[in-house]
Amino acid sequence: MLVSLKWLSQYVDVDSLTANELAEKITRAGIEVDAVIDRSQGMTNVVVGHVVSKEKHPEADKLNVCQVDVGEEELQQIVCGAPNVDAGQKVIVARPGAKLPGGIKIKKAKLRGQESNGMICSLQELGIEGRLVPKAYAEGIYVLPADSVPGADVLALFGLDDTVLELGLTPNRSDAMSMLGVAYDVAAILGQDVKLPEITYAAASEKATDLLKLRVENIEANPMYAAKVVKNIEVKDSPLWLQNYLMAAGVRPLNNVVDITNYVLMEYGQPLHAFDYDRLETGEIVTRLAKDGETMTTLDDQERKLASHNLVITNGLEAEAIAGVMGGEKSEVTDATKTVVIESAYFNPGSVRRTSKEIGLRSDSSARFEKGVDPNRVLVAAERAAQLLAELANGEVLEGTVLVDELDKTPVRIVVSPDFINGRLGMKISLEEMLDILARLKFDVEAANGVLVIDAPTRRGDIKIPEDIVEEIARMYGYDEIPMSLPAGDQPGKLTAYQAGRRIVRNVMEGAGLYQAVTYSLTSSANAQKFALKEETTTKLLMPMSEDRSTLRQSLIPHLVESASYNVARQADTVALYEVGSVFFGQTAEGTPVEEEHLALVLTGKWIDNSWQGEKKNVDFFVAKGMIEAVFAKLGLTNHVTYAKAVVDGLHPGRTAEILLDGEKIGVLAQLHPQEQKAMDVKETYVAELNLHAILKAAKEELIYSVVPRFPVMTRDIALELDRAVPAGEIVAIINNAGTKLLKDVKVFDVYEGEKMAEGKKSVAFSLKYFDPERTLTDEEVVAAHNKVLKALAEAGAEVR
Amino acid sequence: MEQQLTQLEQEVLTKIAEAADLKALNEVRVAYLGKKGPITDLLKGMGKLSAEERPKMGALVNTVRENVTAQLEQKVALLEEAAILAQLENESIDVTLPGAQVRIGNRHPLTRVVEEIEDLFVGMGYEIAEGPEVERDYYNFEALNLPKGHPARDMQDTFYITEELLLRTHTSPVQARTMEAKKGEHIRIICPGKVFRRDADDATHSHQFMQIEGLVIGENIRMSDLKGTLDVLAKKMFGAEREIRLRPSFFPFTEPSVEVDVSCHKCGGEGCNVCKKTGWIEILGAGMVHPNVLEMAGYDSKKVSGFAFGIGAERIAMLKYGVDDIRHFYTNDTRFLSQFHQAEV
Ligand SMILES: [Zn+2]
Repeated sequence: MLVSLKWLSQYVDVDSLTANELAEKITRAGIEVDAVIDRSQGMTNVVVGHVVSKEKHPEADKLNVCQVDVGEEELQQIVCGAPNVDAGQKVIVARPGAKLPGGIKIKKAKLRGQESNGMICSLQELGIEGRLVPKAYAEGIYVLPADSVPGADVLALFGLDDTVLELGLTPNRSDAMSMLGVAYDVAAILGQDVKLPEITYAAASEKATDLLKLRVENIEANPMYAAKVVKNIEVKDSPLWLQNYLMAAGVRPLNNVVDITNYVLMEYGQPLHAFDYDRLETGEIVTRLAKDGETMTTLDDQERKLASHNLVITNGLEAEAIAGVMGGEKSEVTDATKTVVIESAYFNPGSVRRTSKEIGLRSDSSARFEKGVDPNRVLVAAERAAQLLAELANGEVLEGTVLVDELDKTPVRIVVSPDFINGRLGMKISLEEMLDILARLKFDVEAANGVLVIDAPTRRGDIKIPEDIVEEIARMYGYDEIPMSLPAGDQPGKLTAYQAGRRIVRNVMEGAGLYQAVTYSLTSSANAQKFALKEETTTKLLMPMSEDRSTLRQSLIPHLVESASYNVARQADTVALYEVGSVFFGQTAEGTPVEEEHLALVLTGKWIDNSWQGEKKNVDFFVAKGMIEAVFAKLGLTNHVTYAKAVVDGLHPGRTAEILLDGEKIGVLAQLHPQEQKAMDVKETYVAELNLHAILKAAKEELIYSVVPRFPVMTRDIALELDRAVPAGEIVAIINNAGTKLLKDVKVFDVYEGEKMAEGKKSVAFSLKYFDPERTLTDEEVVAAHNKVLKALAEAGAEVR
Repeated sequence: MEQQLTQLEQEVLTKIAEAADLKALNEVRVAYLGKKGPITDLLKGMGKLSAEERPKMGALVNTVRENVTAQLEQKVALLEEAAILAQLENESIDVTLPGAQVRIGNRHPLTRVVEEIEDLFVGMGYEIAEGPEVERDYYNFEALNLPKGHPARDMQDTFYITEELLLRTHTSPVQARTMEAKKGEHIRIICPGKVFRRDADDATHSHQFMQIEGLVIGENIRMSDLKGTLDVLAKKMFGAEREIRLRPSFFPFTEPSVEVDVSCHKCGGEGCNVCKKTGWIEILGAGMVHPNVLEMAGYDSKKVSGFAFGIGAERIAMLKYGVDDIRHFYTNDTRFLSQFHQAEV
């Protein structure tokens, strides 16, 4: 909403404040002023000129040499390139030394040898947006009314010596979508009265109802419809003051009839529509719901297809307008119009909202109807338009109003106690102060029996409940006056076990040298199921903005790999990222997917890089695995986790492990498939993903210490010759299950697959630790225990070297 | 014999002095003090002496032997020290060479902001509540006083999955779910999480972002409690000298509703480019929980009241760390992420 301070001052006196001071007060009291716009934009020295003569420039076809009277004794010669300049016109002249918007300075100049003392201007050159300039002057200079006086200041003539406040309205404050609505708020802030327009005109003796019949078929969609009939109007340009106000409000002037409806719309917030009475043809208006498939051509020359919930205004035979949204071409006011019907109505907000959304048409009218207009302004606005048509279009307003009115206009009654208001605010505002604020807001209020009985004015449709009164009192009293306190009562706060566990996991990842990444939950449908730990249906958006962000992901890996690729392309030596985020599987009974929080990592590039000491190592499978093991160790799950070779699409078939927690698959650890690496432009890259929910659910909550060995540990090594395909983990399991309690630890300490081994064989060496926490073991005991292990290995076919 | 002894002593002492290393010194020891050395010979020859001379001579030989031994040990110590010094000299390194790399990762700046706020509120007795990213229209809108067709739904462009399912546009549905679950009990929660709006990604918009909301419900919760709580938050995030101010605003789920500005941390309120010359920066929206929201969740709005607030983690991080483009948070450029190593104590 654009509020011209000149226009606003018709209703409330704002002269005591600068525009910025006023803007600050309005903002602090509840309506945000987004911008304070100086319409003059620093313009000076722009005056009315009278083009006394025009001659073709001797050397340039498109230029004219004009002699212009600017209110001084001597005529000024000005060269003008506008196609529509002509002798006899009153025009806008920027004189030498003038400043125009955009920092343009006008100087005396010679144009192709001809002296030019200034410039004849278009409205655009005065800083008025092209879309607001009347169509007739959109392509050239602006021609002023013939009675304009040469030498007069043009700034004042166009009302450009004005400031406009641009309001950023929240949806509840539709009352401020009118000059009067803003005036009421400003008056309340400044403690002033609102001067309402005086509406008087002489009505003709002929009755409006004699010319126009009215029938409303659907009262729910259209509870009130008022029409004024005005005869013998003269369609022409509006006076400049009216055009100026409209341009200041961001509306393009058209002709006096349309301009008046727009003016009243801006003034009262009540949209009006003007029909050409003769072009209606039937002398009748019937409002009804459209028939399914009914069509009509709207003002913008588009054929609109209607449905049975769209309200239309008809002439009894066919649709002439889509109620509250747009008029029809057929009954549009033209230069030839003699009699107009002014429609002022209340249309059901939901109905207008739905229709305008469906048709894709949001107008100044529909924007107001869909928020609900003030029921008590419907008639007043119609009368205001009639008055202006009489004054500015020489119309004869017929007696009376053609009216159907079943609209409830009773104000909302709110009963609230001052204690409630103070209790909600934590303040001690006196009853007198509250009454004063409500009086300033022009709310009807009575204080009785310790409560305030308030009838909220119908123009403030947002005031419905006691809490709304709390807000009104507070915003007028000043939010700065609210004291500061903290909620009473103490209670302990804490993280849940899951939240604490998640932080621990983050710490492990970061301690291992990984940066936390955050990537998007939405991905392409092609990527959505890639690397997923489960095979489930995906969740897709109804109307995605792009295919790349159309589906919820089922794995964190694809976006992490994209991030790795992004960094590699920017010369990163090492990329080490982890992410904790949700993935989305299948569908529950409620229709929602199961959301599971996962932990994932990506590693590529150098890992150890102490190059001057000759120590260098790139990331490999076991670097990644060490990090995963650290997570399990930190959560006390080491002995519950096993790794098994697996094959997953997009991962290296020889370097992929699925991770099992107590035998359940909860994750994957792998090198990306070389083809995948190539496609993503990365070198050897390792990824892992774990179901964080599953891990943290299993995590040990208690830590109980086990005895630190006080007696010597006996170590025995075993080297085995194995088939290459036999996993070391399997042998460790055999050793662990060999049945000796004295064995406390088994570690692989060497793996050899070189030329000294037979084809298809490898040597793996294990180090075994035996001890008893209570005593020193004898050699015999260790030998006995170790023999059990050797026996188990022999039974499994593992050959000791 | 006495003269012979003195001469021998001189000879040994000279040899000790001349010995350049431990090996030479050991040779001297073996040559003179060993079982076959001259001093031993002298002692053996004492049998030929008279009874009076024997003890005198014995004492003399012992003195000489002790002196020589002492001198020898002193020289050994000297040489050993020199040897250690020489070895240490050999072992010296260039201490200015870089240390072996220890990789340190760190939290994402958004998590850093979220955890800082979580910790602040946990310290004030709040719990952390979380909820799903895919929400029912009911919890995201209807339970928050935003029935279908409500004009204020236009304030938030929504990604719908079906007519009833959507990607949550704020973490308020977690509040609605918590209220429903707590069945009338008092509540103090903070709700961090990812949220989604149908916005094209650019320097200031992101279709996914991180929000942190707070909710307190209890008897006699007042707007002053909201203001005091937000003051604590602003001071924690932007410095102890910060002040806040409230401006009236509108959210369907709160009444009254406010927008909250914090005095500019860059210029201290004088006006600069960060605060657009106003001295204030808008950081969050808040308000008193709308009675309809309380009633829908089964609370008696006559008996309890509450406040709620919502803050964008990106906005806080951008202001706090001076980040100029919201997309930095989602491209995961390690040159960006690694800057958040440093702890703020
Ligand atoms: Zn500043």
